[in-house]
Amino acid sequence: MRRTTDHAPNESSERTPMSGPNTNYDPVEVSALDPANIDAAVEEALAAIAAAGSLDELKAVRTAHQGDRSPLALANREIGALPPSAKAEAGKRVGQARGRVAQALATRQVELEAERDERILVEERVDVTVPAVRRPHGARHPIELVAQRLVDAFVGSGWEVAEGPELESEWLNFDALNLGPDHPARQMQDTFFLDPVDSGLVLRTQTSPVQIRTMLEKEPPIYIVAPGKVFRTDDLDATHTPVFHQIECLAIDKGLTMAHLRGALDAFVRIMFGPETRTRVRANYFPFTEPSMETDFLCFTCHGEETWGSAEPCRTCGGSGWIELGGSGMVNRKVLRTCGIDPDVYSGFAFGLGIERALQLRHGVQGMHEIVEGDVRFSQQFGMEV
Amino acid sequence: MRMPLSWLAEYTDLAPGARGADVAASLVSVGLEEEDLHGGDLKGPLVVGRVLDFVVEPQKNGKKIRWCTVDVGQNGQMLTEGKHQEIVCGAHNFEVGDLVVVVLPGAVLPGNFEIAARKTYGHVSNGMICAEDEIGLGHDHEGIIVLSRLLGEEKAAALSPGDDAIALLGLGEETVETNVTPDRGYCFSVRGLAREYWHAQGSPRGGYRDPAAIAVPAPNGDGYTVELKDETPLEGNEGCDRYVARIVRGIDPSRPSPSWMQKRLTQMGMRPISLAVDVTNYVMLAVGQPLHAFDVDRLSGSIVVRRARAGETLTTLDDVERTLSPEDLLITDGGEHPLAIAGVMGGASSEVAATTTDVLVEAAHFDPTTVARSARRHRLATEASKRFERGVDPKVTAAAAQLAVDLLVEHGGGTPDPGVTDVDHTTDRAAYRLDVTEPSRIVGVDYPRERVLGILRDLGCEVVESGEGADDVHVLVTPPSWRPDLVDAPDYAEEIARIDGYNNIPSVTPTPSGGRGLTHSQKARRVVADALAGAGLTEVLSYPFVSEELADQLMLPADDDRRNAVRLANPLSEERPLLRTSILASLVDTLRRNVARGHKDVAIYELGLVFRPGGPLGTAPIPSVASRPDAETLERLYAAVPAQPRRVGILATGLIEQAGWWGPGRPADWSDMVAAVQAVSAALAVPVVVANDAAHAPWHPGRCARITLADGTLVGHAGELHPKVLAALDLPARTVAAELDVDVLVRASEEPVQARSFSTFPPAMTDVALLVRSDVAAADVEAALRSAAGDALESIVLFDVYEGERVEAGHRSLAYRLTFRAADRTLTTEEVNGFRDAAVAAAAARTGAVQR
Repeated sequence: MRRTTDHAPNESSERTPMSGPNTNYDPVEVSALDPANIDAAVEEALAAIAAAGSLDELKAVRTAHQGDRSPLALANREIGALPPSAKAEAGKRVGQARGRVAQALATRQVELEAERDERILVEERVDVTVPAVRRPHGARHPIELVAQRLVDAFVGSGWEVAEGPELESEWLNFDALNLGPDHPARQMQDTFFLDPVDSGLVLRTQTSPVQIRTMLEKEPPIYIVAPGKVFRTDDLDATHTPVFHQIECLAIDKGLTMAHLRGALDAFVRIMFGPETRTRVRANYFPFTEPSMETDFLCFTCHGEETWGSAEPCRTCGGSGWIELGGSGMVNRKVLRTCGIDPDVYSGFAFGLGIERALQLRHGVQGMHEIVEGDVRFSQQFGMEV
Repeated sequence: MRMPLSWLAEYTDLAPGARGADVAASLVSVGLEEEDLHGGDLKGPLVVGRVLDFVVEPQKNGKKIRWCTVDVGQNGQMLTEGKHQEIVCGAHNFEVGDLVVVVLPGAVLPGNFEIAARKTYGHVSNGMICAEDEIGLGHDHEGIIVLSRLLGEEKAAALSPGDDAIALLGLGEETVETNVTPDRGYCFSVRGLAREYWHAQGSPRGGYRDPAAIAVPAPNGDGYTVELKDETPLEGNEGCDRYVARIVRGIDPSRPSPSWMQKRLTQMGMRPISLAVDVTNYVMLAVGQPLHAFDVDRLSGSIVVRRARAGETLTTLDDVERTLSPEDLLITDGGEHPLAIAGVMGGASSEVAATTTDVLVEAAHFDPTTVARSARRHRLATEASKRFERGVDPKVTAAAAQLAVDLLVEHGGGTPDPGVTDVDHTTDRAAYRLDVTEPSRIVGVDYPRERVLGILRDLGCEVVESGEGADDVHVLVTPPSWRPDLVDAPDYAEEIARIDGYNNIPSVTPTPSGGRGLTHSQKARRVVADALAGAGLTEVLSYPFVSEELADQLMLPADDDRRNAVRLANPLSEERPLLRTSILASLVDTLRRNVARGHKDVAIYELGLVFRPGGPLGTAPIPSVASRPDAETLERLYAAVPAQPRRVGILATGLIEQAGWWGPGRPADWSDMVAAVQAVSAALAVPVVVANDAAHAPWHPGRCARITLADGTLVGHAGELHPKVLAALDLPARTVAAELDVDVLVRASEEPVQARSFSTFPPAMTDVALLVRSDVAAADVEAALRSAAGDALESIVLFDVYEGERVEAGHRSLAYRLTFRAADRTLTTEEVNGFRDAAVAAAAARTGAVQR
């Protein structure tokens, strides 16, 4: 409302001009200020306010009873025409009346807004059980996640992660690991050789060349964990794949013993299969280590109950009650010498295992095919952390 | 290596009540891994049967079965119905009249497999004709057992239908099979395994009876002439350093080996052949010394052991003519005619035959390397070569020959020649000065001195505690002749730990002094992988083997470096002899497999190495392992290994956003690949520049983005694959792809991000629509705008691209929203308009843009 318009004289109006000097006071003309009339106007306003069923209706009520043309507004305007003696009382009466109307309006406004808000929430209800994913979720491959799990636990204990090439020199993959050209163990490994075969290069058959590279490049103490892809000329079947993953640990320090090796192995097993997992160890042979050790851990399915030859041998361990973890041992002195580490000062241990096998055991993966075929359904069940 | 319990019990005392599983567990406790248990877990009736008749019946599944009538004596249907046994058999390797092994209803085969009469292929089969693996005799499942082939005609001729096959084949007795590691050649004998079992029982005094501890006549000058003439020893080791020759004459060639011997050979997985051959095999299994039997009549008077001459040939016992290498060691007749490849296989010409009466028994000690190389060269892994490779006891030679002579005399009725030849060049091994505290230091268990020495003596070591070199801490240890693997302290430490018990080793957690954590590269690679998975892609792994045709299918130009692939000498499949030079090269197979399995909407990625030799392979040196190679050699070694950059490949096909109640789905297009690249870029905080690249295979020439770092370093490409490539690779139309060099991104993310400060004054926005020729890249227009918009420019967003009737043909309209914000004040409309006009003017000048 703009003051200039409000106060302009309105000649065409049938009503008497409302403002001006109070020189011509006429009691008839100020009947609007009659208390009964004011009370009636208030009652009428309150009734209309109470009857307003929506914010729109209340808006109309507000205009009618609080607006410029409302009875109370008109009454208010006429106060100016009263003699000074009557102004105070009339002013008070009109003011109180307008106050009651304003309060009622405000109260009703709050009520109606609350009702409206309530109604909107009801009206906006949806069925949240309809599908919500427009862009499918991605996933990591569980082989990578299992490796990360093992790596992270060891890194947390102060070990470091070492890596190396997959296409590797024969010397690093075999000779430096005390696997000379005539060593029987070398014949057991089905190696992918490169063309020409005298290139001295192979697809690495184990992650152990990473250990050699580390020992050649770094002064002890060395505590490394080396995950990676390795290759053997096996056809894909339920338990073999030509491309698989190993994870190996190597520690070189002063005073390391087989007891430390066993401690590290126990840690490894517990990370994968739980803190209660028990291990047993026995002698074995690996050219890279002397003494060498094979570790088994108690089958987490049958808890070590031998079920050989029974009608239903344990499907996890095959019936022996124990599951073979992998080879290990104290790093052969020849290997230390080849890497320029004095075996009279330092000793060390190494161990490794296949990640595919760990994944199969820990997550009940039945065959090897699922791991290597790349069917998206396989990765998707594992999410981003195992 | 197998071992029946009865044989074991001959050489050592079995623990009371010990069964096969107990023996296997004992051997495991001293480090001999259990491979299998045979026999003992089988319940009859298992009988000899004669095939009387069969009818071949083709089946719906394409198989042909044989409906057989088998004479099983007075068993089975003969007993109950008065007729011969009727059995369905799937094998085809037998004829009417053959003797076979029949398991009858009521029997239980290994693995708790209960046999009952059952209906199959339209008949009631009353039992089964057995293959080797079904009764735990071997691993063969190529066909059923035909007894004349398994036991020999002669032996089979003595059998009658209905005979108990359990006793015949030694299946009632348990046989333990252990895996023998390459360092324990002596365990390829019952002699060695018995010694280990004895150790597992605590090495009780008198509890081990060495079968080789027998009286042997002294060599004399009357024996057969043998000359050891190795003129080119390998690595300084004489190819043959001991040769014992003994002759037994007048053997009755018609006499077979005794049935107990045949049974044992069968239990050990070998086939009885003839007395002479069976005896040599039996003695080998007993004491680990491979023997060879020559027919004396087919020799001319002397044996000369020498290396082969170039071009020389020998037809071996398996009837294969073999061209010999100068590295092969030969047994020759008189120095000329080759008789055998030493330690590997004999020749056909001097083989003992059905008429042989005079036999020369050879017991020799050959160099492991020589035998290993010959066996490998001729692909002949024989029982003899496997033992020589791992080392045969050089002191068991004469005893082994004597055992064979004794058996030939006893069972063949022969007479031994008094002449005994034993050419012996072997030397005694030097004693090792062992620090008796060293095993404790290596193992981490406190072994008292007496415990260490006790175990060493039990093992057969000679231990000297006084004299030169011996003191309070050191003793002089000479290992037994059958343990070439015992060389230095760690070897002895393993023995102490093994016999004391590996499970006495405590578990002590090592305590590294603290590492540097994951490297930046390792962390950054996880970020890349996680970002892509977070963007809705699924990580997969693919084999890196690819075909030769792939380079053409990917439309790689003739000079493209990706054609320089590494070739495998022995690929698994001749169709895939090459290693991938890009991730996409192998990832396409994974995508195709997913699509074939009915996944229409697939978005996958793989992070991995690719193989980029950049040209022909170099040759990696093979330095000595005696000490650390020098720096220059190591440099050459590392340099010879081809480059293997780490890449990430991405492929998507079908809908990238699903259809649903919200509306239709959205197919993956080129922009999703650029978005994936941007997701990686944002995750690593490495800004990348996207440009049009009209010529990069295998992408669509009009829909390929070239991705570079700000400094121009190539990161990779992203976009839609070329339709011809998709057709050639049988991939769905509109398949999109990206491949990025992760190494480049990782390096670029090494520098710490330098933070920009942000203004808190209000932004001012202004839109411009620019008309440009359609071949002008949006990125170029944006770059031009940026170049002149001034420091207050906060962002440019291309919010609309229009090409159509409302603009001039060959042109398109690009609508940009420019947001400005000054660091120190609220910008006025006039200022903003000025910036905008300057930016537009630059775009006009550089790209011909006209403001609409």
